[in-house]
Amino acid sequence: MKYWNFRLRLGLSILFFFLIIGFIFPLFHSGNVTEWNSYPSDLLPSSEHFLGTNSIGQDIFWLLCSSIRNSFLIGLFVAILATMIGVLLGLNAGLKGGAVDRVVMLIADTFIVIPSLPILILLGSLTKGSASLFLVGGVLVVFNWPWPARQVRSMCLTLRERDYISTARFSGESTFGILVKEIFPFVKDWSLGNFINTILVAIASESSLAVIGMSSNSNATLGTMIYWANQHQAMLAEKWLWIGAPVVSICLIFIGLFLFMTGQQQYSALRRGK
Amino acid sequence: METNTLKISNLSRVFRIGGMIMGSKIKAVDDVSIQMPPDKAWIMSIVGESGSGKTTLARMILGLLDISSGDIVIDGKNIAYHMKHKKEFYRLVQPIFQNPFTAFSMKRTVESYLFETALNLDMARNKEEAKVLIAETLDRVGLSYDQVKNKYPNQFSGGELQRISIARALITKPKIIVADEPVAMIDASLRMNIVNIFKNLKEEYGVSFVYITHDLSTAYYVSDYIATMYKGSMVEFGKAKEILEHPGHPYTELLLDSIPKIGAKWTAKDRLYMGDAEDKVISDTGCKFARRCPYAKDECFQNAPVMIGLEGEHRSLCIRYTGYKVG
Amino acid sequence: MLEINHVRARYNMLTSFVNAIDDVNFKVENDEIFGIAGESGCGKSTLLKVMYDLLDYPLEVSDGSVRLYKGNSDTEYVETGELKKYWWKEISYVPQGAMHVMNPVTKVETQFFDTMSRGYHEKMSRNQLREKISSYMKELELSPDVLKAYPHQLSGGMRQRVLIALATFLNPSVILADEPTTALDVVVQKDILTMLMSVQKRTKNSMVIVSHDMGVHYQVTNRMGIMYAGQMIEIGPTDEIFDNPKHPYTQMLIGALPKVGDNSQKEGIPGTPPNLKDPLAGCRFAERCKYATDECCRIQPAMVQVGEHHCAACLLLGQNTGRSKHGN
Repeated sequence: MKYWNFRLRLGLSILFFFLIIGFIFPLFHSGNVTEWNSYPSDLLPSSEHFLGTNSIGQDIFWLLCSSIRNSFLIGLFVAILATMIGVLLGLNAGLKGGAVDRVVMLIADTFIVIPSLPILILLGSLTKGSASLFLVGGVLVVFNWPWPARQVRSMCLTLRERDYISTARFSGESTFGILVKEIFPFVKDWSLGNFINTILVAIASESSLAVIGMSSNSNATLGTMIYWANQHQAMLAEKWLWIGAPVVSICLIFIGLFLFMTGQQQYSALRRGK
Repeated sequence: METNTLKISNLSRVFRIGGMIMGSKIKAVDDVSIQMPPDKAWIMSIVGESGSGKTTLARMILGLLDISSGDIVIDGKNIAYHMKHKKEFYRLVQPIFQNPFTAFSMKRTVESYLFETALNLDMARNKEEAKVLIAETLDRVGLSYDQVKNKYPNQFSGGELQRISIARALITKPKIIVADEPVAMIDASLRMNIVNIFKNLKEEYGVSFVYITHDLSTAYYVSDYIATMYKGSMVEFGKAKEILEHPGHPYTELLLDSIPKIGAKWTAKDRLYMGDAEDKVISDTGCKFARRCPYAKDECFQNAPVMIGLEGEHRSLCIRYTGYKVG
Repeated sequence: MLEINHVRARYNMLTSFVNAIDDVNFKVENDEIFGIAGESGCGKSTLLKVMYDLLDYPLEVSDGSVRLYKGNSDTEYVETGELKKYWWKEISYVPQGAMHVMNPVTKVETQFFDTMSRGYHEKMSRNQLREKISSYMKELELSPDVLKAYPHQLSGGMRQRVLIALATFLNPSVILADEPTTALDVVVQKDILTMLMSVQKRTKNSMVIVSHDMGVHYQVTNRMGIMYAGQMIEIGPTDEIFDNPKHPYTQMLIGALPKVGDNSQKEGIPGTPPNLKDPLAGCRFAERCKYATDECCRIQPAMVQVGEHHCAACLLLGQNTGRSKHGN
């Protein structure tokens, strides 16, 4: 516990706070949060509606909770899949080298070079804002796996030249064994940081798309909440809670994720004795 | 009939540097041939400066680097066969690397490597048998199992860790141990400890050593045979004693002269700077050493030298012994 | 001349101290090459840093001082804490692994200019400076073309020679070199060492060479000091130390040297040096010494004269009553 530095603690506290809001609180609410006109519109905060209601008759508080949950889910979904695919392909490319390496890197480089935003906007306009969250998540995975792949491959390229890999080979270790016992311990510390970063990128991408209406508008995410708020001129109408709640939440979640990531890096550095 | 433990025939290794289109080639190892006698264990040193190709040669013997041309035959079978039967190969040939701290992963205990070697290469059937074998092997290098138990590489000194490397290599009872600069990172006063272990293992357990080094003092002390490398070519080969008393190549003479020996003192006037081994070779023809050679004549710059046999197994790549005649 | 007066130095590890140097006392005279020998970890590199007054945290001098006497003077000196002003001019330092410290993105001559601009009293133009440096390089039998190259284009040996040229250019009266030829091949080593010898012969200044290779000391140095576990345990003329080593550790060091042509069994030195964090009672070499007695483990030996300019710290040498733990 002594290596739990300030950043790590602050970051995790923020995230924990939002995770509770996103995953525990909705358990206490029944009914569809996205349904329009469930309640009278533009009510001020009260004991029944903690943050009031918005212009389309939704309860802002419960909408916020669901949105946070969905945004987290997208983030986790994309991060898990992209990191898994990326690390696996990267390790293979790095260790095996040769043709496998070239093919994987060609594909990875293509996706790195192609900017994801125009493609996603294209996708959004084709589906006219009614794409399912899975589709959006899927596309985000496709655009996000190359980063961990490339980085893990570089780590492999240096690591495989190290003498202890040769020692392991001459000790009769199989390639898979070497991957797990010798290389992965070095890769995993870094992978965690990258994983958290991907969550952040995924939430950011989805929110950016949602704000311009290219995501799944019928689902509740932090981005779509901002979208609908904008559609109803929430800022002009000075409906601060409606537009403010998701914006502040996104900012705080990003800060929390960032602090968690850098705090974790610091933690592993301290553990190594630096 | 006993097969040679180690036979290297016309071995070459070429590296491409630069891009695929405009790159150039370097011949890191150039047509090297060595045949070691089959009857008893030997220690052969491969000496040379940086860039001589000795490490490249060692890595090819260990199968860590592909051959460009020529062949290596170990225990009667060539290297291509060995790469397809790696388990058998690892029981036959084992390495010792220069830096003991990078030869082991810092995240693992050293004994995990010892157990792994014993169990993976079928030297013991279970952990108990392995432990007995490991304790015995550690004893041969002057360590006990208790000294090694549960410790990570950074808890040992360089000398101790190198001894553990030797122990790990010994577990498979190999015929050949290839040691790549094993004492380079160890103090001069402690090198004898390690090198004496090599001598001991050769005499008592019949393990042969390929000892790559640029520390000539230990090379001449411990070897039976010495091969001198210069810019990829083997310029001299022979029994250590013979080479010491009658050096057959001007480069060997230069090396012997450069060792700080007790007895004859250098003076400031001794400095005769004729270029470094690492300077780039300007021309492709002629002897690679000619530019630095005090005996060089025009013929040396124009014609590539050939291997001349001197006494017995003693060979030298220098045309001085044919009266500078070629062909 | 450089005087090292009862210096004690340590590394401040916040929770503890590592006493790297314990009561080292000797002089480096004008016109000599002084060698410091010993195993890794004995404190010789630290000692050189203290002599150069390179005291970066956590290294600190806890007792004694180093005095650098100006020119040939016997009375004018500067002490530890004030030497920085004289770096490169009166005293220079070639650190270990120096060949790796050159700035990889600037040409060699730029690095010369950077250093020299601090050292030269007279103002001169770039071209004049370049002329002077080129002619100095030629004196050292190095090609001036080297100046136009980037460090990675030069071999390790060449970079080391350049650094020595840098260290000797302003003709300082003391030159300190830490393992100048370790990791270099034997032919390059001889060239660099003979280069140092010729510089010293010409300028008649003082040189201190640290090396773990006794062979190097034999060839190059006039006098030498042997260090063990932070203490200097024998000092004397090099020839005399090799002919007649008095301290058991020195005897073992020389005995471990392989002599080319002599294939008799050589013994390495068993055991390892003591940990400098723990307080050490008695002679630090006692646990590895084959002559050690009970007394040796209790009393720390003081330096005892064993020849005209030769002294060693061992209880077994003549009337040695040792010294108290806090120095004498």
